Amino acid sequence: MWRWLHPYAKPEATYRLVDKLLPWFAALTFISLAVGVVWGLAFAPSDYQQGDSYRIIFLHVPAAIFSMGAYSGMAIMGGIALIWQIKTAEWVIPAIAPVGAALTVVALLTGAIWGKPMWGTWWVWDARLTSELILLFLYIGVMALYFAFDDARTGAKAAAILSLVGVINLPIIHYSVEWWNTLHQGATITKFERPSIATSMLIPLLICLAGFLFLTISLVMMRLKNEILRHELGRPWAQHELEKK
Amino acid sequence: MAFDSFQDFITMGGYGLYVWLSFFLSFVVIALVALETAIARQSLKKKSQQLQNRQQRLAKRQRPVSQ
Repeated sequence: MWRWLHPYAKPEATYRLVDKLLPWFAALTFISLAVGVVWGLAFAPSDYQQGDSYRIIFLHVPAAIFSMGAYSGMAIMGGIALIWQIKTAEWVIPAIAPVGAALTVVALLTGAIWGKPMWGTWWVWDARLTSELILLFLYIGVMALYFAFDDARTGAKAAAILSLVGVINLPIIHYSVEWWNTLHQGATITKFERPSIATSMLIPLLICLAGFLFLTISLVMMRLKNEILRHELGRPWAQHELEKK
Repeated sequence: MAFDSFQDFITMGGYGLYVWLSFFLSFVVIALVALETAIARQSLKKKSQQLQNRQQRLAKRQRPVSQ
């Protein structure tokens, strides 16, 4: 496996691979999000308790899950960058951070909008909401650190360290609804027992989850392509790539 | 369909404002990220062009010296 992986330490090889895969992931994103969102909005049944307001779940839960998923991906890349000193892994960090931050903003916004009719308030300083807000600050911190140094490698290293340290926040977000008695409802699908949600609602939610996964991957790939080109701008292959289209 | 009419679908049992606002804002936030990425690519294109022009100018200037 290592022999297979090794060529991708070379930026050009990574670029070619990402360039080839991106259209497929973009297509999967559009198909799954279109199906999932239309199904969730128009065909899934109303909730017996929350009425139609629960339909926000089809955005809120996928965004929240992948706001954390993107962070773990970024932390793994941070680890790889620190241990093996691979430039391409360093460049994935600024590719993921803004996407993860956007997903966090979506989770916070949709959560606030959902909270207003259900809880009677846009925001409370409870554990789930606060730890998710801290996740947003971590993303912003990683981006800021990455670009804060004159020497790009130093910035990348600092950002990698922060993304690794911030991982401690992920289990806090996940278990916050169990550890603390809070306004936020408990986990619905991300628990080990049977999901406590009707199948007719679960299926469109799972499709939306797949859609957000593909969306996250597509956006990260788009940004990674830019990041690779930015660092390789002086090289003929990158110039040739930018002249195309 | 979970709704009896298009009107029902829009009002969402009184929660229409919340549901549609959520979907709209989420779309805007994600579209902004995609847009920023596309703009960044365009500016890279421009930078690459400038870099190449400068390299060509330098190459022209250096040629007589090497002869």
